Amino acid sequence: MSHDSMNLMIGGEAGQGLVTVGQVLAKALVKSGYHILVTQDYMSRVRGGHNTFTIRFSSQKLDSPCEGVDLLVALNQQTLDLHAGELNPDSAVVAETGFTCGQAPCLNVPYEELADKRYLNTVALGVAASLLGLERELVAQTLEAAIGKKKGDKVVEENNQALEKAFAWAQGQTHTLKPPAPAQAGEKRMMLGGNQAIALGALAAGLKFLAFYPMTPSTAIALTVISHAEQMGVVYEQAEDEIAAINMALGASYAGAPAMVCTSGGGYALMTEGVSLAGMTETPLVIAVAMRPGPATGLPTRTEQGDLLFALHGGHGEFPRAILAPGSVKQCFAAGYQALHLAEKYQTPVFILTDQFLADSLRALEPLDLSGLSPVRPGGGGAEGEDYRRYEITEGGVSPRRLPGLGPELVVADSDEHDQEGHITEDLELRVRMQDKRMAKMKGLVADTQAPEFSGPEDADTLLVSWGSSQGPVAEAARRLAEEGQSVATCHFGQVWPLAPAQFAQRFKKAGQVVVIEGNATGQFAGLLKKEAGIAAQRFIGRYDGLNLTPEYILRQLAS
Amino acid sequence: MVDIKQYGEVETAWCPGCGNFSIRKALIQALADSDLEPHQILLVSGIGQAAKTPHYLRCNCFNGLHGRSMPAATGARLANSGLKVIATSGDGCNYGEGGNHFLAALRRNVNVTMLAHDNQIYGLTKGQASPTSLEGMHTKAQPTGVHSYPFNPVAVAVSMHVGFVARGFAGEVEHLAGLIKQALAHPGLSLVDILQPCVSFNKLNTYQWYKERVYKLGEEAEHDPADWDAAIRLSYEFGERIPIGVIYTNDRPAFDSYFPVLDKGPLATQEVDYGAMQKVLDSYC
Ligand SMILES: Cc1ncc(C[n+]2csc(CCOP(=O)(O)OP(=O)(O)O)c2C)c(N)n1
Ligand code: SF4
Repeated sequence: MSHDSMNLMIGGEAGQGLVTVGQVLAKALVKSGYHILVTQDYMSRVRGGHNTFTIRFSSQKLDSPCEGVDLLVALNQQTLDLHAGELNPDSAVVAETGFTCGQAPCLNVPYEELADKRYLNTVALGVAASLLGLERELVAQTLEAAIGKKKGDKVVEENNQALEKAFAWAQGQTHTLKPPAPAQAGEKRMMLGGNQAIALGALAAGLKFLAFYPMTPSTAIALTVISHAEQMGVVYEQAEDEIAAINMALGASYAGAPAMVCTSGGGYALMTEGVSLAGMTETPLVIAVAMRPGPATGLPTRTEQGDLLFALHGGHGEFPRAILAPGSVKQCFAAGYQALHLAEKYQTPVFILTDQFLADSLRALEPLDLSGLSPVRPGGGGAEGEDYRRYEITEGGVSPRRLPGLGPELVVADSDEHDQEGHITEDLELRVRMQDKRMAKMKGLVADTQAPEFSGPEDADTLLVSWGSSQGPVAEAARRLAEEGQSVATCHFGQVWPLAPAQFAQRFKKAGQVVVIEGNATGQFAGLLKKEAGIAAQRFIGRYDGLNLTPEYILRQLAS
Repeated sequence: MVDIKQYGEVETAWCPGCGNFSIRKALIQALADSDLEPHQILLVSGIGQAAKTPHYLRCNCFNGLHGRSMPAATGARLANSGLKVIATSGDGCNYGEGGNHFLAALRRNVNVTMLAHDNQIYGLTKGQASPTSLEGMHTKAQPTGVHSYPFNPVAVAVSMHVGFVARGFAGEVEHLAGLIKQALAHPGLSLVDILQPCVSFNKLNTYQWYKERVYKLGEEAEHDPADWDAAIRLSYEFGERIPIGVIYTNDRPAFDSYFPVLDKGPLATQEVDYGAMQKVLDSYC
C-alpha cells in the first residue's frame, strides 16, 4: 500500500468477464465513498490473451495510477505468474483452488463448490468485495444495474446467490488486507472515463452530428454519444471509412450542425485531407484523437503520446487550429465542451488529444455542473440578401457564417482558393489576402489559449513539465519528491497549440532545471517548447513501451 | 413559379462544346420545373470539370474534395432535411476516388440526388482513363490501351436495389431535365448517370458515338422501372444500343426516416435540452 491508497488488480483472459468484475467493483467503491482511478491493460483480441483491470482507490483524491498490487484477483494462473512479483507487503491474492502463487499468501476459492461455472467472475467479485469490506447489498445492486436486467430475472437471482455464497465464504478466511476507510460515504458521485467525458462535454455544448469509423481506443467516444443521441437530438453515422466520416461531419457542420469526429492515429491519417478542407472552407469541426503507439497499426490497445506533432501538422497547407490536451477525466469534459465553442468561434478545426490510458481510465467525479454552460449557436451575422459574402475579409479573420437554406442568402464554400463570395479564384493577389485573413485567426486563438497550470514554489530547483494525460503521474511524482524535502514544481499544459509564451516563459526561467515528461520517444512537446517559446529543457523523460506513465517510473528515471 | 433566370448566367471555364453545358441547362430546367428557388437547394461537388458546376449557377454550394461529394452531401442533408441536396461530379470523382463512398451511399439511401457527369475520362487532369473508360481506349497514361474492365454504375446501383436509377444523355437536354426532375422528387438516394461527351479528350465516346446508340425507354421501347429483372438486363446494355431513361425504381424507406429528430427541422435551429442533459449526467452517478 502506498499513500493510504490501495491497488486492486484483476487479471485474466479476454472473454472471462474481468471488465465486468472491474467495473462493478469500481462503481461499488465509488458508491461506498472512495476515490478511484482505473487503468486498463488489454491485448488486441476478443478471446484469450492476458488482460488486467487495475483500480487504485483511496479516501483521498487520486491523480495517478501507481505500481505495486495490494489485492490481486487472478482469473487464471498466468495472472499469478506475471504479477506475483508486483505484490506489496500485507497483500492478498484471490485465485481458484489449485492455482499457485509462490511465497505470497493465496486465498484459494473453491469456485465449483460455490456456484455454477458460468458465475466464476461473480464469485471472484464477491470474494474481492468482501475482503475490501464493501456492503453486499450495494455490490448486488451495482451488479444488477450492470447486468441490465430486473430483480426476479433468473440471471439476476443466480448472480445474487453466487455473490451471497462468495461473501459467506470470504468472511471465514483470514488475511492481513487493510483497506483504507472511506471518507465521505454516501455522497453522490459520478464514475466516468475519459472517452465518456469528452462525449458528454461535447453534448453539453450542443453537439448535433457525429460520424466515425471504429478504432481503438477512440470508439467509446462515439458509443457514448450514440447511447444518448435520441435524448439529445443527435444524428450519427458509422461511416464507410474515416475519409467519409470527416467529410460527412464537414457537410453537416457547413449546414449548421455542431459536429465532431473521433478516431486514433491511423484513422486520423486518413482524415487529414478533411482537416485541410475544414481549414480552407472555414468549417467548424472537432476532431478527437485518442492516441495509441504507432507507427502503422502499432500496439492497438496500448497507450502513447506520440501523435502530438501529427495532430499539429496533419493536413496540407497552412491554416489555423487549436489542440486541447486534457489531463484528467474532468478536464476531458471541459475539453469536449470548449472544443465545440472554439471551433465555432474561429470556424476552424479544433482537436482534443487524449490517449488510451486516459480514454479508458474510469474515475470518481463530483457531479458535473451544467449551470453556466450554453450551447454553440452556429451561423448569423453579415450582410443580407445578395450582399452576403461567406468569406468577407474581416480584421480578426472570422467571416460572418450564414447557414444554407435558413435564409435567402446563398452560402458558397469552396476547397479551391476563393474570393470573398466563395467562388474559385486564381487571382494571386487575392490569394494572399485570403490566406492572411485565415491566418489572422491565430491572434484570437492565442489570446484564448488556456494557460498552463503551475503548482509548487516559483523558484523550484526542478520544474516537471507535462501535457495531456501525463499530468497525474507527474503531479504525484512531484508530491513524493516534495515529501522527501526536495524543491519541485510542476507545470501542466492542457492546451498544446497554440502556445502563448507570455503565460509561462518567465516562470520557466526562474526554475532550476526544466524536465519535460511525456509518453513518446522523441520529446515532441519539449521540441515545441523550444521552437515556440525558446525554452530548452535540461532533461526529457519519455515512455513508449505501451504503458502509461506512473509516479514510480518518473522517480526511477529522475534518479538514474 | 420559379424562372430559370433566377439561376443566373455565369461565365464558365469549360471548353466550348463540352457536354457539361447541356447538363447545367437541364439541371436548371429541372430545378425551375420543381419550383425550387436557389436558396432552397444545395449543390455539393468534388473536384474535376464537372465538379465546377455549382459555381456556374446561383445556389448554395459546397465544393469539397475530389471523390468526397457524397459524404459531404450526406452530412449536409442529415443536418438540414429542408435542403434539396444534389451531388454533382464526374465519373472519376464519383466512381474512382469516391468508389467506396459510392457503394456506401447506394446502401445508405440518404435523400440526395446524385448526378454523375460520366464522360468516361478524366477531364481536368487532361485525359487519363477513368473507371468507366472502355477497354482498349488509348490515352497518354494508357498508351497500350485501357486493360481494366469498365465499371458499370447503373448495374451496380440496380443490383443493390437503389430506389431511383436513371441514365441520361447530355445530347438530350429536355429528356435529361425530365429525369433530373423525377430524381429530385424521389425521397431516397437517386442516381442519374449522364453520358457526357468530352470534346477535348475523349475521342472515342463522342456526341456521334452516343447519338448512334442511345434510345429512350418508354418512348422507343417499353419498360416497367419496377421490374428489377428487366432493369438488370437493361443496365448491362452498353454497346450497339444504350437505353436512356428511368431504369429502376422502388420505395425503400430513406435513411433520413430513421431519425425522427429530422422532422423537427434543421438541427441548427433545435434547442439543446439541458433537462435531458442533466438526466444523462445523472445516469453516471
Ligand atoms: C486527392 C486528389 N487526387 C487527385 C486530384 C487531381 N484530380 C483533379 S480532377 C481529377 C479527375 C477528374 O475526373 P472526373 O471526376 O471524371 O471529372 P471531369 O474533369 O472529367 O469532369 C483528378 C485526378 C485531386 N484534385 N485530388
Ligand atoms: S476537358 Fe472535357 S469535360 Fe472538361 S470542359 Fe473540356 S470538354 Fe468538358
